[in-house]
Parts: sequence; C-alpha cells; structure tokens
Amino acid sequence: MTPSTVYIGCGAGFSGDRLDAAIPVVNTLTKKKGPKYLIFETLAERTLALAQKQKQQDPNHGYSPFLEDYLRPILKTCAGSGIKIVSNFGAANPIGAAKKISEIAAQLDCKNLRIAIILGDDLLNVFSSDEIRNHPTIEGLEINDQEIIAANAYLGARPIAEALRLGADIVVVGRCTDPALVLGPLINEFGWKENDWQHLAQGTMAGHLLECGAQVTGAYFADPGYKDVPNLAEVGFPIAEIKDDGSIIITKADETGGIVSEQTVKEQLLYEIHDPANYYTADVILDISKVSVEQIAANRVRVSGANGKPYPSTLKATVSINGGWMGEAEMTYAGPNALARAKLAIDVLKKRCQNLKTNYPIRFDILGTVSVHSGDMGPDNYDSFGIDGDYRVRIASKGQDKKIVERINQEMLSLYCSGPSGGGGFRQHLTDQIHTASILVDRDKVATKIEFI
Amino acid sequence: MTKPDLIVTRLHQVAHARAGDKGNRSNISLIPYNPNLYSLLKEQVTESRVLALFSHKGATKVTRYELPNLPAFNFVLDDALEGGVNSALNLDQHGKSLSSLLLTMDVKVPNDLISR
Repeated sequence: MTPSTVYIGCGAGFSGDRLDAAIPVVNTLTKKKGPKYLIFETLAERTLALAQKQKQQDPNHGYSPFLEDYLRPILKTCAGSGIKIVSNFGAANPIGAAKKISEIAAQLDCKNLRIAIILGDDLLNVFSSDEIRNHPTIEGLEINDQEIIAANAYLGARPIAEALRLGADIVVVGRCTDPALVLGPLINEFGWKENDWQHLAQGTMAGHLLECGAQVTGAYFADPGYKDVPNLAEVGFPIAEIKDDGSIIITKADETGGIVSEQTVKEQLLYEIHDPANYYTADVILDISKVSVEQIAANRVRVSGANGKPYPSTLKATVSINGGWMGEAEMTYAGPNALARAKLAIDVLKKRCQNLKTNYPIRFDILGTVSVHSGDMGPDNYDSFGIDGDYRVRIASKGQDKKIVERINQEMLSLYCSGPSGGGGFRQHLTDQIHTASILVDRDKVATKIEFI
Repeated sequence: MTKPDLIVTRLHQVAHARAGDKGNRSNISLIPYNPNLYSLLKEQVTESRVLALFSHKGATKVTRYELPNLPAFNFVLDDALEGGVNSALNLDQHGKSLSSLLLTMDVKVPNDLISR
C-alpha cells in the first residue's frame, strides 16, 4: 500500500558536519507514523580522493572518518523504530564502511540489520587512465599527465530504491548525486516510474533542500540584526515530509534551535545551482525556475512547482589528480603602528621570495585589512584600516615541488628574528593538493551492483 | 499621493544572498526581503554591474537568472574563484564570502520598501 507521507531527515550535510545533529532528528522521526528515513551526505568533490589515498595506505579505511561518530548514538534507536539509513559515507570503500557498521551494530546488539552496498561508481574499474583523460573537462581543471587518484561517476537514485525494495535497513553508497539519497527512498515508497519526470523533479528538489543539513534551517544564514536565528548553537537539522503527489514540506527536528522560513528555504533552493531551469542529475533534469515557497506554520514551509525533463544520456563524474603542494604561513603584528610593521613584513617577504627565483604563484595578504575579497595576488594596497590594530600577515604558494613550497613558508618563520618588531604567533600548513575535474561519461558504461553483507 | 523618497543604500539593507561553488564558477543568489523590490533590483543589479564588481577577482562573465515566483535572482560568475577550491591561494577557497561582496553594491530604492 502506498503511504500517505514519507518522512526523511538529514543528519549531516558535509563530511565534517555536527556529530550529534542526528540525535534530535531521530527522536523526532520516532514520533511519526509512516515510512521514516535518515540520510547523511558526507562526500564533497575532493573528499573521495582523500578517502582513496587513505584506502591506499590501509585497505580497511577510505570511508567517512566520522562514520562511527555519526552512527553510534542513533543506530539502536533507528533499528528499533524502523528508521532506514541512506548515506554516501562509503566514499572510496563502501564495503569497508558496511563492515564497520555491521561491527557497531553487533556491539550495540542491533540484530538482523540488513546492510546494502551500492557499487559501480568507481570508474577506474571501467576505464583505463588514458580513456578517462580522453573525456573533455566540463568543470574544474584540465586533467594533465598527473596520476589519477580517483574517478567516480555520480550514480542516481534507482539502485538505492532497489536496495531498499530488497529489504535493506541501511544503504551505503560511494559516489551518488546528493539528491539521490532522498529520491531513492521516495521511489521505493511511492513507486515513481523512470519517466515520471514531475514527481522525480519534486523528489530531487526535496533532496537538494535536505542535502546540506542545517543550511535550510538557519545555518549559513544568520546575520545578526538582519536575519536572526534563535539558538544557532543547537540548530535543528531538517526533516522533509513528502506526499505521494510530490508535495513537500520542509521542517526540522523538535526541541532544537534554528528556523525554517521562506528566506532560509529560498537561499538553499538556489545553493550551488547554475541555470535554475536545467539542473542536471542522473535521474531527471530539474527545473526550479517556477518554484514557490509558502510558510504554512512556524518552522514549516511548503515548496512547490518543480518541473522535470528526461535525464541526460551521460553521467557526471569527478576525476581527482595530484595537485602538488600548497603552503600557507602566518604571523601577527599587533598594537601601535601594527599595520606599518605588517606591511614591512610583506616587503621583506616579497624581496626574499624574489631571491628564490621561483615561478610558483605566491599570494600575500594582511588579514584585518582586506584579504578574501581581494584579487588573485592579494590587494593592491593594505591601507583600508587604521594603522594600529591586530594584523595577520599571510603568505600562500603552490607548486609541484614540496621543497620550494616549504622554503617559501620558511621565509615567514624567519621573520621571528629577522623581520619587523614584535611579530608573533607563527603558524604554517603544508597541504598535499588534490585537483578535480568533472567529465561526462556514457551512462550505459556504468553498471551498478547491489550487495548485502 | 506623494512619491516616496528614493535613497541610495547597499544591497545588504534590502536583500540577502548565498554563495556556492562548482569548479571555477561561483553562484550567488540574491533575494529581496520585500518582494516588491524585485523589479527595481532587476533594473539595477545587472550582469554588467555584477561583472564590474567581481572583475578584480578574475570573473570573465556573469549570467543572471530570474526566478520571479520566489522572487529571487541567481548570478553565475565564471572564473571568479582563482581556479576553484582545489587551486585558489585565497584564504576563502570556496568563495563562500562572495555573497557579502555582492551585498556591498549600491542601489537606489524607495525609503518605504526598506523593511525586513
């Protein structure tokens, strides 16, 4: 029998999201009558490549590093209340993730949990590296001759729906489209057909609104005096209530902070969207250009008007390659005439870096004047603030040779004893860079497989 | 009926915004607090003005999409992210703070429509 309402909550919107956010979501879901799901979206563009590197070092790793932190507090309640969990926390190692979940379930005495794994996103099993390089880049950097660390296609919602139909309590995916985490459960519950573009569009929009967690419930939104948000420290994560006809209400976990308003929903609706009439996913091309939002009660917003068009013949994939090294180093100058000393530090650094005769890009910032809003190579001048204050000098550089990037950072360190008066608080990072590029692959080449452990 | 006074103010007073990134493209939504400001913002927050505001960051093209039912705009800025999150030397590699840069733009609006 088709249910009247499906409840889907979100417990994480990125790989490092609040570890305890799912607890109030689950507590709220347990009170609902009808099918209930919890999703965790933990896979940004680069996350998978980082996971692939971890897996190369240890074959038991390479899934979401916070998997256990997310699941342990809620797994027993979910198992006991029939809340099914769908997540891409499999990253580069969905099988490893499933084994870990199974281990946690056993420790918590959750019996007979059926854990499904969706395989097939890893294109290194389908294509040679050269074949991957032959696909033109549609977004991001050109794929050069550097080693390909990871190449994964964004799978759609169908395999998730099928795994649920086969009885999965938990579905672990590697790379899939973020909205598929929500659309998969909806297809399973409502039986939406492959060409039911209107419903698939509404379900995809619901997924898009949920996939960034609290970004639809007042987080990444608050601006004191303009957009006030109650109790942001305990912001409640979202729950969508979706009906058979595709109607969507966005609300949030009970007894939490945050706010669900027309404003919060509008901001998230357009987040990371380019052409609102053509948002490509594996399941449908979503058109949100005619969407309306309506506040129907406190913390309840109805979202309607999504349209759908047939899905494209290709799937998007992210290819990750080694990107060399990035160095960052910082030092603070504070108190009387601090800006002049910070500027002197920049002069010294620029001269020292010229002596290194490197062609690596180097950027110089003084934080506290203007930095993030300035151009590629830092601001033209640093005079926008007062001469006293608390200024942080920053240098950033990048290139393939770690030694050169380290050497540029060292120029900042040496300012302790060889720079302007009173520099302090030196910190530095040296980051192993991963570059990503998006390509389109023929969807017929990507075969998915469902396994249960 | 007398016409309300027009005043020059920053977009931040009359609209809110959110920035997202994909590769080297930034998208910034612009949402008026008062829906009646939509057509005025449509006249004033043009693709060319937004491109001028972001050209020092390397932006090469701005496309404005209109969503009259919300109402809101979506600006897509090509090449505005120094290569994007994997490559930028900017402290804010995603360009998350660029929504605030858009909100520094001056607009001329009727005094009585400045409300939140």
